[in-house]
Amino acid sequence: MTKFVQVFFQTLTLGSLYALIALGYTLVYGILRFINFAHSDVVTFGAWIAFTIAGVLGWAGTGSPVFAMPIVMIAAMAASAALGFTIERLAYRPLRKAPRLNVLITAIGVSLFLQNTGQLQAVFGKDPVKMPRLLSEEPLFRLAGVQVPLVDVALVLLAVALVIVLQWLVYRSKLGQAMRAVSWNDQIASLMGVPVDRVISITFVIGSALAAAGGVLYGLKYGQLNQTADALWVLLGLKAFVAAVVGGIGNVRGAVVGALLIATIEMFGAAYLSPQLADLYVFGVLILMLLLRPAGLLGSDTVEKV
Amino acid sequence: MTARPTPGLVGAVVRSAYPILIGFALAYVMQTVVAVSIGDYYSKIFIDVGIAIVLGVSLGIVNGYAGQFSLGHAGFMAVGGYTAAAIVYYGSIKLFGTKAIYGGSLGPGELLLCAGCIAGGVMAALTGWLVGLPSLRLRGDYLAIVTLGFGEIIRVLIKQTDDVVLSQKQVEAADWWTLLDNLGGGFGFIGGPRYIDARNPFWVWLFVVIVCLVAYRLKYSNRGRQLLAVRENEIAAEAMGIRTTKAKVSAFMTSAFFAGIGGGLYAHELGNSLRPADLGFQKSIDIVIIVVLGGMGSISGAVIAAIAVTILPEVFRSFSEYRMIAYALALIIVMILRPQGLLGLKELWEVDWRAIGRGLVTAPGRFARWLPGLPGRLRSALREAIDRRQEDRS
Repeated sequence: MTKFVQVFFQTLTLGSLYALIALGYTLVYGILRFINFAHSDVVTFGAWIAFTIAGVLGWAGTGSPVFAMPIVMIAAMAASAALGFTIERLAYRPLRKAPRLNVLITAIGVSLFLQNTGQLQAVFGKDPVKMPRLLSEEPLFRLAGVQVPLVDVALVLLAVALVIVLQWLVYRSKLGQAMRAVSWNDQIASLMGVPVDRVISITFVIGSALAAAGGVLYGLKYGQLNQTADALWVLLGLKAFVAAVVGGIGNVRGAVVGALLIATIEMFGAAYLSPQLADLYVFGVLILMLLLRPAGLLGSDTVEKV
Repeated sequence: MTARPTPGLVGAVVRSAYPILIGFALAYVMQTVVAVSIGDYYSKIFIDVGIAIVLGVSLGIVNGYAGQFSLGHAGFMAVGGYTAAAIVYYGSIKLFGTKAIYGGSLGPGELLLCAGCIAGGVMAALTGWLVGLPSLRLRGDYLAIVTLGFGEIIRVLIKQTDDVVLSQKQVEAADWWTLLDNLGGGFGFIGGPRYIDARNPFWVWLFVVIVCLVAYRLKYSNRGRQLLAVRENEIAAEAMGIRTTKAKVSAFMTSAFFAGIGGGLYAHELGNSLRPADLGFQKSIDIVIIVVLGGMGSISGAVIAAIAVTILPEVFRSFSEYRMIAYALALIIVMILRPQGLLGLKELWEVDWRAIGRGLVTAPGRFARWLPGLPGRLRSALREAIDRRQEDRS
């Protein structure tokens, strides 16, 4: 029972983390119909920027003040949002009319560029670092013999809050209406007076900020940041992407459902079947899903036009 | 293009055999003349170039001709490499009683290597079939992700194998089934004979010639044109009566076959390690860079890119940490300025060089539009230069 509860809590936190990252994939895919390969690198940069800012502000050790975490988080989100904006402006906008394959290759190029630039000694360096403890390590409460730390609770709460805000933003606000219009048909949206380029930029900004939030919480939860080109980050991004696809890419609620599903499969598979094969289950689910229901769990079937 | 007369039996045999003969001749010259005269250092680089060509040209068949973007080429490489390594390592112990290099140049040991590479290619092609079939309902970025996922799955599976490579005595006693699970796990499959070194580049160059000729004949054959049609517009191709599924699967299998051979060569080159970590996503990206830079669908382009991508880091060794940054920037810039890659579908000898010259003149202007902070005067100067150039031409 204890094991089950423990795995359940891990699933919940991991699922929230995946959801935060998956939302970025799903937003960009929904509006531009391409997979932003560089999204996982924005996550990485968010985490590393948070580490740098915490160091600069003198919160590198333990016992940092209560307001440390929000400040670092918001600063990292802002910096990553700027990064996302720049990427869109310089790399993706020139290719707005290009075939999707070219955009995909550009995205891979951007991803490689970020990974390897981050590795430079002048930027973040090649050595893994310890993320400062910005949140208290004391368990917040105990349930059935399982200690639940503050980080986990913060991850879940933040994910829930951001999803609710995003849900409101996309389906209730004027900006959301513009986003949905662009995703439906950008030319007609532009004729109707929607500033297409600006809407796309804002989408990237929101997605990147969410990614940074995910990255910071990842760092706080696991305590260590690997170098930016580490395969671990790529895998994190890929799993979040799988979550977005499984839930139905382009759908905000779908990303959350997919993230929880993927986290369940990964954590329970690792705990009860075989820990080494966890990645295999995730990709297995992706392939099964693409074969059986390519639109994802909550996605709507669309006819692909020539 | 006029149809060639169908060759008779003798003609067909000659036509199939002469590429192999050319390959043998070139490989023999490389082995006996070039490798000896340029020295070990350059010869080793040239072997790396050769293996990069095999991998790049083979990926070009599926990514370039068929337009099915695959990101799992290193997975096929791993399948071929491990198959070949297992066959050569265990085979040479079982057959020759030694795990050292056996038999000298073109001796029985090297024939075993050749057989191992081809078996690796066949295994990789079977894997390619497995990957290709379910992936056919997907296109574009989804296909890229799925092939990437398959590459990762292959890597995870290899990691699960037993990680203690058996000693010679144990191998002699063990049965084949145990050996199949004994591939070195996460540490890598070490200790096999390294037949390919600076003095012995024969098999690399033989397979380079074969893969280039096969790719060339494929491109200008009926089947190759079918692939190009699929690449350009799948639905229109289907409407023209092309069996797109069959075409794509066969492209996948051909590509995987040569990737497997490339993996087999890679596994037996002195100085390479056959570790799952080395044959992951990063390796696939390296090969994709060759195809994209060279031109999506150009054999000579892939060859040139393979040479450049292998040699340039050696030249700029002191800037090695900037290597991947430079590749990444090159990818982005090529995609923005020349979406079809440097040579596109054309081969080197089909290129209109004057058009390229004109393109070079207009390129900065096209790029300048997207640079937000570029001073207006510089921008207008560039635009003027372009206009003047176009006036000159008209």
